[in-house]
Amino acid sequence: MSLAETRSPPAARKTVPLRRRLAGLEGRLAGWVLPLLLVVLWEALSRAGVIAPNVLPAPSAVALAGWQALKSGELLHNMGVSTLRALAGLAVGGLIGFVLGIANGLWDITFRYTDTTLQMIRNVPHLALIPLVILWFGIDEEAKLFLVSLGVFFPVYINTLHGVRSVDPQLIEMGRVYGMSPFTLFRRIILPGALPSIFVGLRFALGIMWLTLIVAETIAASSGLGYMAMQAREFLLVDIVVLAILIYALLGKLADVLTRQLERACLQWHPAFQTPGSAP
Amino acid sequence: MNAPAAFSGVSAPTTGGLGVSIRRLSRHFGAKRVLESVDLDIPAGQFVAVIGKSGCGKSTLLRLLAGLDTPTSGTIGFTGARDDAAVRIMFQEPRLLPWQRVLANVEVGAPARLQGEDRHARARALLAEVGLAQRAGEWPAVLSGGQRQRVALARALASGPRVLALDEPLGALDALTRIEMQALVERIWREQGFTAVLVTHDVAEALALADRVILIDHGRIALDLDVPLPRPRRRGSPELAALEGQILSRLLGG
Repeated sequence: MSLAETRSPPAARKTVPLRRRLAGLEGRLAGWVLPLLLVVLWEALSRAGVIAPNVLPAPSAVALAGWQALKSGELLHNMGVSTLRALAGLAVGGLIGFVLGIANGLWDITFRYTDTTLQMIRNVPHLALIPLVILWFGIDEEAKLFLVSLGVFFPVYINTLHGVRSVDPQLIEMGRVYGMSPFTLFRRIILPGALPSIFVGLRFALGIMWLTLIVAETIAASSGLGYMAMQAREFLLVDIVVLAILIYALLGKLADVLTRQLERACLQWHPAFQTPGSAP
Repeated sequence: MNAPAAFSGVSAPTTGGLGVSIRRLSRHFGAKRVLESVDLDIPAGQFVAVIGKSGCGKSTLLRLLAGLDTPTSGTIGFTGARDDAAVRIMFQEPRLLPWQRVLANVEVGAPARLQGEDRHARARALLAEVGLAQRAGEWPAVLSGGQRQRVALARALASGPRVLALDEPLGALDALTRIEMQALVERIWREQGFTAVLVTHDVAEALALADRVILIDHGRIALDLDVPLPRPRRRGSPELAALEGQILSRLLGG
């Protein structure tokens, strides 16, 4: 409580009543109540012997395995490798999707010539390409980069295209009559107008990014989280397998939180992202 | 902050109006002849109101004047020197950029030669002129409809236009806000002396503001009426009522 008191600014207008502070805290923590309860239940059932340790080890055992893997440096190494792959794939596929989405949104000619092809490719599940990708690239980095890029490309492409196409034509007309150059028009009207939709694409892409990477690493890799889990399975180290799965969940959540922050920063103007009563 | 004195130094765009001369202007959309050989001369600095039924071609005339559309045949000429920003249009909707603060939205209309601090200063002066100086840092989403339209007016005026085309800009406002806005438009027009062309479907509004009322019917000018009454005009005066009756009977009878 002393924290709440020392942090409240002197201006009378800004003093937030304790009740609202508690409500805010509750809002932030509510999402974690259920996971915590599940872990406690899981631990209790494991200790009581209801869940056999070779089926699902207790959370404490998983935490211990995690601590040991962390100490040996193996866990951090594998997490680093996976994260780098994920981000590289996101950057390559996302950038291509963004550029093509913008181009096809702006110009009919590129749309006519590329969209049909892209829609056909989109309907092939990209994970079905794994055998082919292994034949092409072996199990090197290129294979993962290719698959992740392909996976994230489509959500970014489709949502960017949709975003650009649905920018209010009245605003574009206004920009034209107010003498904006094509580049200024793009920078000040089309891009900001398409941004909410582009963020939707990015969040879809993040989900697909992890999914693709884990599958690819599980099937063909010599490092990374997926590899770590497969290796552990070979030696029947169930705790490491469970650890890997929990880390996926946390990384996925982390990516989502970061995107939300970015969205909040970029879309301040959007009524959906305005906190009530925060007028400057 | 509300005084006309805000126009000084960098923020002195008062330049006077341009005359407009329209010759045999036609605009067809396929087989539909929206405007048919219209001739119209507007002296510099005049306030003209264009009225007519929905679909009579009045908005098309305004869009042609603002350069948003090209005529099928005929010409629109301006007398006097003009640059790209000499003709500005104010739309029926505010059309503010929701992702820019109010001040930046007004700056959209500022001429290209103004940069940096001069640009901000011009935009701030115009916001003060429309009575919204305190709202410069806010998002358009938090403003009321009338306030947004005032921001749009400030944006249209930021380049010091010499012809201002107004496409039913007050049509969506409630009655009281409308009257306030009419007074604001009239005051700024008198201060700056630009040529104003107001498209409206409201005869009373046309008579309250304009020196001259043009009635368009089936793509032609059906009535061209001077309104020689002193300003500011008192709403509901017998002279205005007589003119309104004359125009309405022509509108509904024709």
